[in-house]
Formats: sequence, structure tokens, C-alpha cells
Amino acid sequence: MTNASVPHEIEVVERIQESPTIFTLRLRFTDPELHAAFRFEPGQFNMLYLYGVGEVAISIVSDPDDERLFNHTIRVVGRVTRGMAQLKAGDRLGVRGPYGRGWPLQQAQDRDVMIITGGLGCAPVVSVINYVIRRRERFRRLVIMQGVKHSDDLIWRQQYARWGKQPDTQVLVAANEGATLWPWHVGNVTELFDKVEIDAARAVVMMCGPEGMMRVAVDNLLERNVHESNIYLSMERSMNCAVGLCGHCQYGGKFVCKDGPVFSYPDVKPLFDMRGF
Amino acid sequence: MWSNEFDYTGPIEANMETGFLPRARFQALLDTLHQAGYRCVGPQVRDGAIVYDTLGKIEVLPRGIRDQQAPGRYRLEDTASPRYFSWANGPQALKPNLFTPHEALWRSERSTAGAIRFVDIQPPADLIAVIGVRACDLAALRLQDRHFLEGAFVDPYYAARRKNVFLVAVHCTHPAETCFCVSTGDGPHATQGFDLALGELDDGYLVQAGSDKGNTIAAKLPLVPATDAHRQTANQEMQEAARQQTRSLPTRNLRDALFANLEHPRWENVAERCLSCGNCTSVCPTCFCHSETDETALDGKQSLHVRQWDSCFTQGHSYIHGMTIRADTRTRYRQWLTHKLGSWHDQYGRSGCVGCGRCIAWCPVGIDITEEAREICQGGGHD
Ligand SMILES: Cc1cc2nc3c(=O)[nH]c(=O)nc-3n(C[C@H](O)[C@H](O)[C@H](O)COP(=O)(O)OP(=O)(O)OC[C@H]3O[C@@H](n4cnc5c(N)ncnc54)[C@H](O)[C@@H]3O)c2cc1C
Ligand code: SF4
Ligand code: SF4
Ligand code: FES
Repeated sequence: MTNASVPHEIEVVERIQESPTIFTLRLRFTDPELHAAFRFEPGQFNMLYLYGVGEVAISIVSDPDDERLFNHTIRVVGRVTRGMAQLKAGDRLGVRGPYGRGWPLQQAQDRDVMIITGGLGCAPVVSVINYVIRRRERFRRLVIMQGVKHSDDLIWRQQYARWGKQPDTQVLVAANEGATLWPWHVGNVTELFDKVEIDAARAVVMMCGPEGMMRVAVDNLLERNVHESNIYLSMERSMNCAVGLCGHCQYGGKFVCKDGPVFSYPDVKPLFDMRGF
Repeated sequence: MWSNEFDYTGPIEANMETGFLPRARFQALLDTLHQAGYRCVGPQVRDGAIVYDTLGKIEVLPRGIRDQQAPGRYRLEDTASPRYFSWANGPQALKPNLFTPHEALWRSERSTAGAIRFVDIQPPADLIAVIGVRACDLAALRLQDRHFLEGAFVDPYYAARRKNVFLVAVHCTHPAETCFCVSTGDGPHATQGFDLALGELDDGYLVQAGSDKGNTIAAKLPLVPATDAHRQTANQEMQEAARQQTRSLPTRNLRDALFANLEHPRWENVAERCLSCGNCTSVCPTCFCHSETDETALDGKQSLHVRQWDSCFTQGHSYIHGMTIRADTRTRYRQWLTHKLGSWHDQYGRSGCVGCGRCIAWCPVGIDITEEAREICQGGGHD
């Protein structure tokens, strides 16, 4: 790979419809050598290219040890993602990556892990939940907190139920509006903080979602004496180049694409939740 | 206290200078560069402004031209002076030659079977010599180098052009009213980063080489020994040029002062005047923002992936689905100023402003970065 700004061809091996607007693509490089060389960490992202339309930043959600395929879970929002929703097995795309800094999984070993997400379920945290569940013995308590607007928005509902049955694991889900048979809390996810059982002194918290929600979560955690340097958040900004050149993703002195998207809270604290940055 | 003190960066010394090129032989510089394989790019008057374009003959140079610049104002006038460089910078000089306004990065081709092939597009490898680069441009180039070449990812397109450029600097003797390079420490005297530097006098040029490439070219020029009188006049003119500058940026730590004043009422005040047109970002020699888009061929078999200059003053710059991070002019102007004078320190270890004054002259409503910075940083204990 001489020029890292040029994509490589990949092929859709399988397509899974997760919800009316969310789908997962299971992918591999058409060049087996490139496929074998592809390594990533949970929390990193790729630039996916739809022929003739453009590139978008999408997190990698599969397990880093899965050598067969890598997965992207995509929500249809606009031009590129709408086009990608039409893809089927055998179709080709372009990819370059992986980019950015992922979750602090080394640091989280032998600690309580808390994962918080809001909105329509964040792909970056799904990768980390799966990672921890598959290597459960390396971590202590696991708390998963997820808030959605409407109960129908919760994808992977069975998975959440299954995760909740694991030992030493707490699943706290909330929907602002719950349909009948919704087994979890109705209201704001942040109202569930009183139920969280973690050892604040040895917890590592990872979160992603709307910044307003993350603000409330950070304040709650700090109040519970979780140290700010143990709070990590994944940020989202407009991205074009993904390599720190185009300037779109700037956040004060940081470039979200290369200094993030996962930041420790002290790194973003000065401007966090401030409109316009 | 505002810095108006003249901070002289070092006079032309006899031991650094290579010689004197008499005015009558100035064409030899272009000829020598042409023979070495360079396409020369230099200043010339077009549509009422000094722009940089291909230069074959010295007759095209802006002989005797002077400029009048003020907030929102740029005018040229003729004088009887024999000099080619007795003006301050026009809207662009070096940046478009290295970080091009529009450039194809790669191409994708789709076969009928649906396979996609990606083809790397190499930038043209021609050698370019830019004549008449100013000290502020060299300082800005240093910043663009840091951005495009010295991060984790080296931009191959910028790198290819950068490698092939030959820089002929000219010390500034005629700063405009909008210039403030003395206060940023970047001019008017070009001290580093050039291949050749010229000190212009009525009868010719003091020539200094600043690199091996520069030495090679200088050795082929019909130079004569410079006299003490030449040196003295050149130094005097540069000192005078520095003294003429009236604008300056506040000397205090602007990074901390700006970020401490994010809710200052002046942001609202400047937003009422600013048109959010982005002129300031396109003339700024350090601005690096660009966007990437696809341009598909009509037959659908090919698509070009291009990048073009973008500006933090546009709606699209901060658009993410469902929201624009900076939807109003207040937050956009705040982004520009806090980045340029503030967070550049975090990213590149210094301010992103080299004091060229372009954003002041080319702002259609005459917004002055030095004045805005001063107003916003007031109230934080400056004296
Ligand atoms: C680090 C990172 C990880 C992401 N991971 C995922 C993921 O796993 N799954 C997923 O569905 N989405 C993810 N997104 C969001 C995804 O990039 C956008 O939804 C996508 O760019 C929208 O493109 P579009 O052309 O369909 O939409 P349009 O609204 O037509 O967007 C046009 C352009 O706007 C910009 N843009 C729009 N929305 C966003 C956005 N939310 N973030 C950044 N730029 C945007 C892009 O430059 C895009 O090309 C991620 C974003 C970032 C920054
Ligand atoms: S901010 Fe203005 S004065 Fe400073 S370098 Fe850019 S254009 Fe020149
Ligand atoms: S400051 Fe002036 S030049 Fe810059 S965007 Fe505003 S109106 Fe345009
Ligand atoms: S996406 Fe281009 S600088 Fe971050």
C-alpha cells in the first residue's frame, strides 16, 4: 500500500437487515493478501466507498480476532448510506482504514467495565460489548446501559437479554416510549444511574451517543467518584479524509479522525458539550 | 502592550550573500531556471491585482506597480520606479502551487461485471520555480509543510509538488497598510526556507543562496560583487519597511485568551458584519481545509475522487447527519479565529497567522483580524 488515501476493493459476503433502517454488511477484501494483513481494534473505523457516490466513516463492529470477515453496521441517513442499503452479496465496495484510536481495552482489564450508549444504538460500543463478553474472564463487572427513543429502535434486542443473563453483568435499558411487552425501563437512560452497581474506584467507562446524553452521563459518573481519566467517549464529527488533513473533524486543537474518535474525558473536557465546536 | 517594536531578524551580511545581479541582467535568472528545467511562476498584473502565473519574460513583471491596501480595499497604481517587487502580496502567492485548489486524488473504474479498480493519480512531476515569494509566504509554507508532510500521514500529492519547487524569495520593502508580519515574527526579511533570496534595489538585486539547489543556480548567474553601499541601502529599506507597519496582534498568549472568552459579546458583533463568504480562508496562506467529492463520468464507468479547498465558513464544513455543528456565523467566525490564533498552537506549536494581512484586504466588509482579536481578548488583563 503506497498511497493510504486510495481505497481497496472489498466484497459483500452477507447482508443482514437489523431494523427497517439499519443493516449489517459482512465483508472481505477481494485481494486475499490484503485481507490477511487487515488488523483493527474495537472503536476504530473505516472509510467505506460506494462507487461513484462517495466515502463515509463507519465503525468496525466485528471481533478483531475474526479472520474470515469484518462487519459494518450502517444506518441509512443520506446519499451514501442509502446507496449502501441497496447492496447485496457479491457487490463490490471500496475501503481504506482502519483509522483512529479505539477503546482502552488493555487498561480495562481486571477492572469493572461500564458501557453507555444512547440514540439509535451506537455501533462503536457494540464492538466493545461483544469483545468483553467473548473474553469475559479478563474483566470484572460489566454494566451495559443503553437508551433509545422508542423501544422499536433497539436492535439486537435478544442479545441484550442474553447479555443480561451473564454472571456479574448488569443490563440497563431504557426507552423514552415503550411498546407493550417492553421489559425494560420507560424514560431517560440516565435515570438508571441509581441502579448501577460498580466499584467506582476501579471502573473504566466507555460511552458514545448524543453529546447532551454523554454530558449527563459524565456528570453522573463524576458525582459517583469515577475518576475522569477513566471515562472514555467516542466523538462524531464530519469526516472527509480520515487522516488529519482535511480539517473537517476538528474539535479545538484535536482532529477526531486521528486523535479520536475515542477520547479520554480530560482530553475533550474544555470544549465538551459547548455549542459550535 | 501591543507589539509595535521592530524585531529585526538579521541584516543581509556580506558572508551570506552570493553577489549582485544588475537589473539589466535580471532575465538571466529566468533563463537559468528555464535551462535547469523549471517552469517559472511569478507576479504579474491581472484584473487589477497581482497574481502568480507562468512567467517567461521579465517584461511581464509588475514594473513600477505599487499597491494600496486597507480593510476591504485593494488597488494598484503605476509609478516611474524601475522595480518589479515594490508592492506587498496580492490575494495568492505560493499556496495554490503546492496545495492546489482542485485536484484529483484517485480514480475508480467499474467493470461490467461490477468489479472496482482503484487507480492512483500521480500529481504532475514538473519542476516549478516561484519568483517573488515573501517572508510571510515562507512562514506559511513552513506551516503547510508541518500539516501536510510532518504528521502521521504524509500527503503524497503535496509532497510531490513540494519536492519539485524552487523558491526565489524577495525581501519586502513596501509593506501594505494591512501587513503585520513584524508582530507575528515572520517578516519582512526572508531569513530561511528559500533557495535564493533577492534584495531589490534600483540598479539590481543582492542575491543570497539558501540551499544547495540555490547555490547551483546562483553559480550560473552573471553576478558581480556587491558593494557596501548596496548592502547598506538594502538593510535600511528593510528596517524602514518593518517600521512602517502599524497593525499588530496582541502580544499576550492568544490561545488562552481566546478560549477564555468564548462567550464574549464581540463574537455576536462580528457575526452581524461577517457575510460568511469564506474569502478570508481562501486567501489565507496557512488555511488547509478541503473537501473530498466524487465526480462521475457520464458513461458511469469511471469516477474521479477530487479534493478542493473548503472553508470553515460553509454550512457543509461541519455538517453531520441531522445537524450542522456550526450553523450560524457567530460560531463559524469563532471557529476560524480560535483555530487560527489559538488551537494552531496545540496542533503545530505556533499561531496559524503569519501576518500577511490578506484576510483584512480581501474581506468584502473590511473585517480586521487584529482588531477582532484585540477586542475579544480585552478584559483578560492585557495592558
Ligand atoms: C468515527 C465515525 C464512526 C461512524 N460509525 C458509524 C457506524 O458504525 N454506522 C453508521 O451508520 N454511521 C456511522 N457514522 C456516521 C456516518 O459516517 C454518517 O451517517 C454518514 O457519513 C452519512 O453519510 P450519507 O452520505 O449517507 O449522509 P448525508 O447526510 O447525505 O451526508 C453527506 C456527507 O455529510 C457528512 N456526514 C453526514 N452525517 C455524518 C455523521 N453522522 N458523521 C460524520 N459525517 C457525516 C459526510 O461527509 C457525508 O459524506 C460514523 C461517523 C463517524 C465520524
Ligand atoms: S489569518 Fe489573515 S493575516 Fe493571518 S496569515 Fe491568514 S490571511 Fe494572513
Ligand atoms: S470575515 Fe470577511 S472575508 Fe471572512 S467570511 Fe466574514 S465577510 Fe468573508
Ligand atoms: S477527517 Fe479530515 S482531518 Fe479528520
